[in-house]
Amino acid sequence: MSAPKVPVKPRPCDFSTPAIEVRGLVNAFGSQVVHDGVDLTVNRGEIVGVVGGSGSGKSVLMRAILGLRRPQAGTVRVFGIDALADDESSRLAIETQTGVLFQGGALFSSLSVLENIMVPLKEHHGLSDDLMHALCWMKMRLAGLPSTAADKLPAQLSGGMKKRAGLARALALDPPLLFLDEPTAGLDPIGAAAFDDLILNLKRSLGLTVFLITHDLDTLYAICDRVAVLADRKVVACAPIAEIERFEHPWVQEYFHGPRGRAARREA
Amino acid sequence: MAETPHLRPDPEQPGCWRAVGDWTLAHAAHLEGLQGPHDGDGTTVLDARGITQMDASGAMLLWRLARAAGLSGGEALRLREDHAPLFAAVEGICLNPPRAVVKDYGVRAMLSRIGATVEDYAREVIALVAFGGEALLTALRIGWNPRRWRITSTVSHMESVGLDAVPLVLLLSFMVGAVVAFLGAEVLAEFGAEIYVVELIGISFLREFGVLLTAVLLAGRTASAFTAQIGAMQSGEEIDAIRTLGLDPMELLVLPRVAALLLMLPLLTFLAMMAGIAGGITIGTTMLGISPEMFIARLHETMEVRHFLTGMAKAPVFALVIGLIGCLEGMQVQGTAQSVGERTTSSVVQTISLVIVIDAFAALWFMEMGW
Repeated sequence: MSAPKVPVKPRPCDFSTPAIEVRGLVNAFGSQVVHDGVDLTVNRGEIVGVVGGSGSGKSVLMRAILGLRRPQAGTVRVFGIDALADDESSRLAIETQTGVLFQGGALFSSLSVLENIMVPLKEHHGLSDDLMHALCWMKMRLAGLPSTAADKLPAQLSGGMKKRAGLARALALDPPLLFLDEPTAGLDPIGAAAFDDLILNLKRSLGLTVFLITHDLDTLYAICDRVAVLADRKVVACAPIAEIERFEHPWVQEYFHGPRGRAARREA
Repeated sequence: MAETPHLRPDPEQPGCWRAVGDWTLAHAAHLEGLQGPHDGDGTTVLDARGITQMDASGAMLLWRLARAAGLSGGEALRLREDHAPLFAAVEGICLNPPRAVVKDYGVRAMLSRIGATVEDYAREVIALVAFGGEALLTALRIGWNPRRWRITSTVSHMESVGLDAVPLVLLLSFMVGAVVAFLGAEVLAEFGAEIYVVELIGISFLREFGVLLTAVLLAGRTASAFTAQIGAMQSGEEIDAIRTLGLDPMELLVLPRVAALLLMLPLLTFLAMMAGIAGGITIGTTMLGISPEMFIARLHETMEVRHFLTGMAKAPVFALVIGLIGCLEGMQVQGTAQSVGERTTSSVVQTISLVIVIDAFAALWFMEMGW
């Protein structure tokens, strides 16, 4: 009936370009404009924290970069590949080069932790069962989960462990680019600090580039190389945190110099 | 750009192997098949500085090969500086390998599974009896206090359980009534006793089919809905929220549903009986030459009210079975989407089987008693 399915090869990535390049991005829901000309560059090997008030479109930006949402205008490039292109080889390239940790973990509730991590490997690679098992187990431990978590179902995990399991699944394909949507939200301070350490360690050892959405001031101070501020429907500033603190913008001033901002800065 | 990874002995330096190329997940299947040096074959150095790209998967495979050759430490395994932290991280994990997964497909596993299944069934029965008792206690406790009856909720369930099911019950009963009359007449005509179709339809629908058809239909339609509703609430921690608010899920969720069924199933049963008889009358008029007046007159002559009563007596029992199992299975959902599905299937299967089993024993009992 149809021609035999030719496996689509992912388009080769250009690793000399920035990991993410967003230019003139416009996103709107009906008449409500969320982004109006967003520009953002994330270089290879850096952790960029994205901050902004509730409803400023942090998650929308992430979804646009991942191709989960089609923006009204603008260009998005991930490792030099047009993320808005429709052809399958571009999509596949981006999907295998990126890992995503969604806010709630988004684990498949009917699969065990280890099976969750195996899902992308089963889909994308013809590996032997033994090797796949060993690789997934390694990713699980890399994300800081104990061996005993392997056979547990997501419903049996604590909030922090769910995030770690989600991170392990995001790391399954060894992606050079990682998207984290509020990784420390809902964790206790000790767990959140441990998660920060984990991300920093992974970045160092795996050479990851990280796009990090967060509300957590401690995380910003502890691990981010640069911080991008989303306000007034744009990225108003993107710089190391020491410079952002001094940036003259009412929202930024309130954010970093309010009571919580002061406390986090004292600690850092 | 992507280079196929290799591992081979260095021709110029005996005792030295070189690893080159991209050691990444994309090449993992190829890497797994590589033949490396063995322990004790005189290899002293594994030079991995020729590796262009390495990710965590590649690092693990390299570690496996190095370990098989007994090579470790800075001199024996040479790494590029930027690969060292990754390799160290992976090595730290791989030194504590996972426990071997032992899968037992033998007789012992089979026996233990049979045992576990039997135990599960026993638990289900005990849980159902306990749940029924709890519902009864709650009903007695709030029975004398009409202000705590959940009238709105009960009426809403009566609509979805009863009123909305009327067309379906009528249609199916009418169809079954017509089929029974038609097939019965075929056989009775051989004895020239076609008029006995009236008794056949009357007795079968008043005693058995009316209530049985309705119960089986509601088991599929209502028990599954109860399980899915309560199960979704259970997995969303809504039941726990109800408890912590000082409310009783039994009183709030279970009793209105069971009460709605207790009220509506007898009414639906009555409609099913009438529809079945209407089906019989239709076939009688169109194919057997029994006019509706004759049919009804003969029904009056031959039917005793005890047939109707034995049929109706079963309706509340079936309502309890359907309501209690539907709610109980919903309460036992454990958080996952799959669990909701499993419990819904289980509740439909249990209610239909139990309804038919109870009906069979009841038929025997009523016969022996001469009712």
